[in-house]
Parts: sequence; structure tokens; C-alpha cells
Amino acid sequence: MTESIGRFRFMDAQRVNLDGFAVPDPALGLVAFDSPSDPEPSLVVTDGVITEMDSRSRTEFDLLDTFIADHGLDLAVAPEAMAIDDLAFARMLVDPVVSRDEVVRLAGGMTPAKLARSLALLRPAELVIATTKCRARRTPSNQAHVTNRSDDPLLLAADAATAAAFGFREVETTVPVLGDAPSNAIAVSIGAAVGSPGLLVQCSVEEALELEMGMRGLVSYAETVSLYGTEQIFIDGDDTPWSKAFLTSAYASRGIKMRVTSGGGAEALMGGAEGCSMFYLEARCVALARAIGAQGVQNGGIDSASVAGAVPGGVRSLMAENLMVMLRNLESCTGNDALMSESEVRRTSRTHPIFIAGTDFICSGFGSIQRYDNMFGPSQWNAEDIDDYLAMQRDWGVDGGLRTAEEPEVARLRTRAAQAVRDVYSALGLADFPDAWVDEAIDAAGSKDVPSADLMVPLSAARLIRDSGITMLDVISALDECGYEQEAERLLAMLRARVEGDYLQTAAIFTESMDVLSLVTDPNDYAGPGTGYVPSAERQREIDRIRQQRSVEDLRGQQAIHATDRLRDSGSATQSNDPRDVVIAVSPATGREIWRTLSGLTVVEALEELLAGLEEEGCVGRIVRVNDTIDLGLIGLTGARLAGSGIGIGLQAKGTALIHRRDLTPLANLELYSVAPTLDRAAYRQLGVNAGRHAKGATPEPQRNPYSDEAIEARYHTAVVSLVAIERECSTAGAAPDALTLVEGP
Amino acid sequence: MTIARSGRPVDEVTLDAVRAGEITPDDVRIHPDTLLHQATVAQEHGNPQLAANFRRAAELTQLSDDRVMAIYEALRPRRSSVADLEAIAVELDAAGATATAALVREAAQAYRARSLAT
Repeated sequence: MTESIGRFRFMDAQRVNLDGFAVPDPALGLVAFDSPSDPEPSLVVTDGVITEMDSRSRTEFDLLDTFIADHGLDLAVAPEAMAIDDLAFARMLVDPVVSRDEVVRLAGGMTPAKLARSLALLRPAELVIATTKCRARRTPSNQAHVTNRSDDPLLLAADAATAAAFGFREVETTVPVLGDAPSNAIAVSIGAAVGSPGLLVQCSVEEALELEMGMRGLVSYAETVSLYGTEQIFIDGDDTPWSKAFLTSAYASRGIKMRVTSGGGAEALMGGAEGCSMFYLEARCVALARAIGAQGVQNGGIDSASVAGAVPGGVRSLMAENLMVMLRNLESCTGNDALMSESEVRRTSRTHPIFIAGTDFICSGFGSIQRYDNMFGPSQWNAEDIDDYLAMQRDWGVDGGLRTAEEPEVARLRTRAAQAVRDVYSALGLADFPDAWVDEAIDAAGSKDVPSADLMVPLSAARLIRDSGITMLDVISALDECGYEQEAERLLAMLRARVEGDYLQTAAIFTESMDVLSLVTDPNDYAGPGTGYVPSAERQREIDRIRQQRSVEDLRGQQAIHATDRLRDSGSATQSNDPRDVVIAVSPATGREIWRTLSGLTVVEALEELLAGLEEEGCVGRIVRVNDTIDLGLIGLTGARLAGSGIGIGLQAKGTALIHRRDLTPLANLELYSVAPTLDRAAYRQLGVNAGRHAKGATPEPQRNPYSDEAIEARYHTAVVSLVAIERECSTAGAAPDALTLVEGP
Repeated sequence: MTIARSGRPVDEVTLDAVRAGEITPDDVRIHPDTLLHQATVAQEHGNPQLAANFRRAAELTQLSDDRVMAIYEALRPRRSSVADLEAIAVELDAAGATATAALVREAAQAYRARSLAT
């Protein structure tokens, strides 16, 4: 082993190197596409029955093969579909002339291996186009996780309402303590109803308990119905394709929306990949999802996303999995769920193509709460990232399903949600919450901010809910009796939706006016540029107007706060013959509209330092406002020409400064202090000293270019554009410079 | 107008009716005919498997929650013998749930073939 070198020690310390990267190993299933053990696509139909599929004869079929062969394929299309060249089909997926309906029709006749082989040919940009075209619902959407470490019902409700305010249309909760589940389901449902009409709510727990909660109306959809790509792992998951098909029908029989969960890498993680690639095994899952009659699939790695991420092409395969769901004509809830990397760059890279393409649910669990409170484990996107995500939507002009929420509105919703849960739990005899707990939950950014939370409360409440058979109708009555009529109406509307059944159709969500958007009511009609989903003007404004944006007027208002009468006009500027005279020439807006520099110092403070620095060198500073140019070089040169010493300091009101000399050209200067946000009092003092030394012909102190690794330009360039605009307004061609006097401060 | 499993029209499921104590769990349960209608919609939108699911679901509306849970449990791996599953299928047939009965019989056959049931 050779000794390490600094460059590699430095690289090793970067966060991406916390991630695991695997040498591809097909025997362990550690390969994204095309394992040597993946079967050759094939399909033989004899007398209307599939007798061979993907190189396996019927006698060799395992449970998955049998179910897919008997229920999953459109045999009328199969001969045509199986005969299509893999590359030809891949091209159809990105060809705007070939409709979604047509590729979906053909995919219906393709075996898992056939579809896997064709989709493996798509490159990333092609996956983006194919996803844009093939997703089921025209309008994209997003799903939130709402959980916390203590199953705190008040915090769950406040956070569910907050998630609604940010635009999520599905909310998924779960429990660190299984027994708490019914309490969580009710708390999140109430919070969701405070936040918005039509929010779908699920509580992810073991299959049977989840179904029970659905039957009692405590949740409005289900998602944790897991499928696996090999028979052994499927059975280890304590189900079969038939039990899952029955479960799927059971949900529908109670009017409850349901999707299944799968995802590449799960089988490898559980040691049962049978030597097959992640993508082929996922192709079996997706074919099975269609075969059992589920309306949709949550896939794209999910809990095993980092396993896929560990192998070459793995991240691409995750997106291809999502596309496969779309081609099976199902709702695609596209992963971006469990955090797949410690690196901010890698996790963004993993999501980004899906984000710009748009899907039915971009995240199958955006952690709307902080990472530490996510009881599924940290998500790919979390409360820490909501502003990032909103900025990304704005950057690309795309609808990622989220919107800006105003602070007063979120405060109102959190208050109402926490109070509603307190009142309902009290009315139903489930728990009594002290005021301190309520207040902490309303204000909390996470469960660490709620020290009053008592872990026994949700547990005993949940037990009472189960034992006394409380249903959503009881919750609705309690809400109504406690004065929450609006929320009672909203939850009742969700029960009516179960009776109507329209939201059982593929990719259904509710709008805030309780319209169902689905494959049926809002079909994706993308057919190339100028077609498909375009945000409405109102929605586009929502995407564009993030809370951090500032106008020139906003900036003018901020500057006015720092206005002072210490900088006063004192007639016309004059020429001096005093060799100690150094002119500090300031920009046109100085002392009119702009009062504070980008570093946070006021202009007056900067001037004080400059004057003091000159005085240290035995020079006399004189302030002149240049009125006919905003160019700093010319401002400094104008000052130098008025100065008896021939030395001028140019100072823009935003803080940028230089030293100029009368005989130089405008763009040449003696010293430039260009990074205004980093200039502190000491820097202006030194600048004054150096200008004095230039005036005396002495040697100035060399100035180091201030350095920072911060994105200085990102932080200040927007402000600079506004400041320059204000400077220009204050500038008049041909106007003579003014003399200014800085009077002593109080 | 869509009616609930109880026969009550869905637009009569109002908060006033809840206040009056008129709404029972059956008033917020989906009617089998509604599921059959959704099956037709799914079929027309290119998903015959979803349609088949809705048709099985229509059958299951007739079963109690407990019975549905019990049949789900019976279909899980190594819970039932072939005879157990056949008995369930007979029960389902008798209740008019013929598509679900067929699914259970298929399961029995597949489980036997893969040694998950004897």
C-alpha cells in the first residue's frame, strides 16, 4: 500500500464516499439490466392458453409465471407485440407520432422479459420523453410522508395540514409502534381535512391491519401491498399472487383506492434474486401488478433504491421501472422515496429526470417532515428540501406538485389542526391534551420541539379506537360537535367518494374542489411539443411566486429603513489644489435611495472608515456625489480629477470601491475592492489608508483578494440588478457633481 | 344517482343526516352495481384486469369485513389445505361470488403444484 496523498484524502472525505458501490455480481442479483440468467423473451400460446413464457414451459412455471400467464397478458395482441423488434418498440416510445394508446396496447401483449429488454435500450433523455408521454394522468402530483418519532397525534395533524398547504394530494403515515396505527390514521385524516378537501390518506402497516383500518373508513387509500419478483421472496413476504389479488379486490369492495409496492433491488437485498437482473425481476412484479388488477404501482427502488444505486446503470433502471408501470397502463408512483445517497448531488441527480418529465406522483413519499421524524427512514426529499424543490419547480417551469405556502396561513392551519385533534380526542374520550403540548405542536418544526408529548397517549388512544370500534363516521360527528363543521364536511365527502367509486380508477386524485383527476377524467394527451399538460396560468403563478422573490420596490423599501440625515448636500463640488485632498466620489443613488451596502454596513459606516483611514495618513477626505454616471471607474476618476492630490476613491452605494488617479483611463485603476459583500469596516479603513499613501507617494499595504467559498453571486446578483436600476434612475446625463457633508453621529 | 350499498342515494349522505343519527356504515359503503359500472369504465380504458378486479370486488361487497379478512388470511402461504380452499370456493359460489370462487380454486391448484398446500 502506497502512502495516501492529500488530494485523495480530501476526495475520500466527501459525502458521496459514504455511499456503497458494488462490483456488478449477477449471481447475487447485483446487476441492473441484462443478467446472463435473465430469460430470452418467448411466448407460446396453445388453444388460448400460454404454454411457454420467457423460455419457461408451463410445467416449470412458478407462482408468478402462472398468475401472469393466466391473467396478465392480452393474448389478442401478443403475437403482434412479441414479434416487434426491441429497438423498434423503444423508438415508438419516444416518437410523438405514436400515441400513448398504441404503445400501451402493444405492451399489453408483451411478456416481462420482452418489455424489460426493450426498455433497457432507452437512454436517459429518452426515458424523460417516454415518461412525459406515457404516464397515465395528465396532471402531475406528489405524495407526502407525515410521521413523527412519538406518534404525537397533535403534531401529526399539524404536519398533515402543513403538507396539504404545500400542495401534496396524498399523505402517507406510518408508526414506529404498530399499536398506535389507528390513532395516527385519525390524527392525519383530521389534519389533512383541515388543510384541504380531497386529500387522500393512508397508514402504512402490516397488510391485514391496514385493510381493517380501511374498512372502518380511517384511511382513504392503501399502498403497502408488496410484490416481489421471485417466488421465494414473494412467499417470504407472507403472500402469494392470489392472496394479493384477493386483497386488491377486498380494498375495492370497500371503495378504497389501492396500489401495490415493488422495486428493483428488493430481491437482491433479501438474498433471493435467483441470479436475475433487478430490472427483469421488476418487470415480473409490474406484470403481476397488472395481472392482479391493481390500478397502480409504487416502484423505483423504494426501500432498495440504494441497492440499485450501487450498480452501474442502476439509477437509470429505477426510472425505467416507473416507465414500465406506465406502459402497463397503471398509475405510476415513482419512488424518490427512501434516501438513496448521502450525496446531495447524487440524490438530486436521481430524481431530476423524473421531476422534469412529471409523473402521477413524483415522490411516493416526499418526507414533508424533518428527516429524523420520518418513520419510513429519511426520504430522498424532506422538509429540509421543500424550498429547494419549490425553487427547482420555478427554475424549470415545471409542475412538481408542490406550491408555496404562506407562513400566516400555515400557522392558522397548524393551530386549527392541533386543536381539532385535541377536541375530537377529548370528545371521543380518547385523550386529554394539556395546553402546553398543543402550543408546542403548533410551533414545532419537528418532534424534538414537543417535549410535552407523552408516548402513552397515542397507544392508549389507539387501543380505545380499536376496542370501541370507532369509525370515521364517529370522527365526523365529533368534529361537527366540536365546531369543526368544515372538516366534518370534508371527511364526509371522502366517504361519499367511496360510495361513488370514481377514485378507484387508475391514477385518481381529488382536486380541492373534489373533482377526480384520473386516467379516465384527465388522460395524458402528450404528443410532442405544444401538447400534453401545461400548468394553468394560475398554477404557473403559484409555481413562479416563491416566497423569497424580491422586486426593485421590495429592495427600495429595505434600503429606506436605513435612511439617515447624516449625509447632507452642501452645494456644488469644487476643484481643490491641496495636495492632501483626496476625494471620495460616491454613486448617484448614495444618500438618496441606497443607504446600505451588500455587506450589511451602511454607506455612512463605510464613509466613516474611509475618512478615518485617510486621516491616519494625514490626508483630508472630501465626499462628492457623481451624478452623471453609474460606472465606478468613471466615478472614481471624476473624484480623482477634483482632488488636489489627484487621487480619488470611487464608492458605489452597494459597497464596491476602488482607488483612482487623475491621469489614468477610466477602466484602469490603482486598487479595486470588487467583492462588496465581503467588505467590512477594516477593509474600508485599509482602503482609506492606501488611498492616503497613494496621495503621498508612499507604499500602500497590498490588498488580498477576499475569498469565500459561498455562492456570492447567487446571493447578491439579484439585489445588484435592482441596485443598479436604482442607481440609473438617480443618474442624469450632464449633471454636475454635488458636495456632500457627513455630519457627526449622535 | 349513485346509491350506497344500503340503497340510500349518495347525495343524502349529508352532515345533517349524520347529525340526525340516520347514517349507518352501510350508507358509506359502495354498492356492487357501482363496482360493476367501474368495471365497465376500466374495460373501456384498456385495463381488463382492473375490470376483473372490480367485478370480484362487487362480489365481496356481500361479505362481512370479518369474512373478507378471514379469506385473505386463508389464501396466504401455508395457511390452508386444498380442501380448505375448496370449501371457501363452495361458500363463495353459494353467495354468488363466482369469480372470486374461481380465483380461490386457481390458488388451490397452484399451491398444490408448488407444494404450498396439500
